[in-house]
Amino acid sequence: MKYLMFVCTDTAPDTDPTPEPDIHRWVAENDSRGRRLTGNVLAPVAAATTVRVRNGELLLSDGPFAETKEVIVGFDLLDCADLDEAVEVARAHPMARQGRLELRPFAELPDQQPA
Amino acid sequence: MTGTRPTATAGAAVAAAGVEAYPRIVATLIRVTGDWTLAEDCAQEALATALERWPRDGVPANPGGWLMTVARNRALDVLRRASVERRKLRELAVLALTDPGDEPATEGADLVDDRLRLVFTCCHPALSLPDRVALTLRTVLGVPTADIARAFLVSESTMTRRLTRAKARIAAAGIPYRVPSGPALDERLPGVLAVFYLLFTRGYDADGEPAFAEEAIRSARLLVRLMPARSEVAALLALFLLQHSRRDARCAPDGGLLTLDRQDRDRWDRVAITEALRILDGVTGDGPYAWQARIAACHATAPSAAATDWPAIAAGYDALLGRQPSPVVALNRAVAHGHAYGAAAGLRLLTEARAGGGLDGNPLAIAAEAHLTARHGDTGRAAALFRQAAAATPSATERAALLERAREVAS
Repeated sequence: MKYLMFVCTDTAPDTDPTPEPDIHRWVAENDSRGRRLTGNVLAPVAAATTVRVRNGELLLSDGPFAETKEVIVGFDLLDCADLDEAVEVARAHPMARQGRLELRPFAELPDQQPA
Repeated sequence: MTGTRPTATAGAAVAAAGVEAYPRIVATLIRVTGDWTLAEDCAQEALATALERWPRDGVPANPGGWLMTVARNRALDVLRRASVERRKLRELAVLALTDPGDEPATEGADLVDDRLRLVFTCCHPALSLPDRVALTLRTVLGVPTADIARAFLVSESTMTRRLTRAKARIAAAGIPYRVPSGPALDERLPGVLAVFYLLFTRGYDADGEPAFAEEAIRSARLLVRLMPARSEVAALLALFLLQHSRRDARCAPDGGLLTLDRQDRDRWDRVAITEALRILDGVTGDGPYAWQARIAACHATAPSAAATDWPAIAAGYDALLGRQPSPVVALNRAVAHGHAYGAAAGLRLLTEARAGGGLDGNPLAIAAEAHLTARHGDTGRAAALFRQAAAATPSATERAALLERAREVAS
């Protein structure tokens, strides 16, 4: 199954003083095992542009579409056997402790072959 | 295929066979078809067919196998009528169930019972706790949706929707149909046991659904058979049996609730206690359920309230608090120390427990303070505390018991 993993900040990060896992090692390990297809860090929300079309008119605005304290700062596209494997991958990401991770499976549309 | 038992007992035979067969059928059909609704529908229809045929034809020699065969054939019928290509594969898988009654599936070197897969899927931490309890009741234990709805204080249609949503979430989120292995099993097992514990307390609470306590015991027996090497599972069964042994003694004739010291111990279920103590003999671990069961066993073996081994119970709570720190455990520890080492010791630990947080306005904490204060000799303050606890408790039967206590200490 494919999961888009949103990497988000959180207002209550972990207070555990033990060192966090290394992001480069996390990327290397999951890439080599075929569990991470791609991913990146995103530019600050100040660089975001929101696009809407209403009655044929293009409306652009700056910033993200929702003003929240927790923002998406990155993403990874995972390819895992199931949720348990995706959780194993996510829990080892440094942002699981500094922030939080949201695992969104790709929707399985009726005419789509099973993953 | 037909047996010789009289048809009058056929209905009871269906019920008895269903207890064992229902989760096995549902679990097996889910594994093979991946379709939860199909699996449940076919298991239900097998039971309905048995209710119709067994009184007429007699109870089959292997009731569970008979039910599985009927459910399997029903599933094949449904899948054959569906035209989608993917269903053809599932149909082949169902056909491959040659000896459906008693063939455990193999996974790696371990034999994994399908029912255990079902338990771990229904109790997956990615589902909300109420969903886990409702799914376990419906799918593992076959409790009718209407009964679950009543216990959750919602309408049957609301519960049906909730169950449908939960099952859809299992598929959409990619929750696996699998028993975790290795360290993952150690991590997941406490969560599974917590669901069954919640199920039990749901039945045991004063205003709860009593049948759920029986269901919890039934499922704990199943878990012990499926995971015999896990001492926390055995400890949980022992704990359920010990608490449940007091079910007849804890209710006053007027429907009120009796605390341990006022219960008629002749009405405790000695058979259940004996079984629990035998199970507990084999439990060597120091998990939270092991300690809770040992504490319950101290109560169960005390000839009278006055002869209770309170120092042993106090030591049990010391150990339990170390393993599973929680406000309620800290509260019970204070009560135990109060009995073992005097009301002053108990009040001191109660203050400590409250300082830990989580007990503000808690009716049990207020009642405990009331009892300790009464034994400390301050009856006026104790009566006021009993009335305060009565006002705070959500249970009508417990309220009545607390108000009576307030009148007693005041007189």
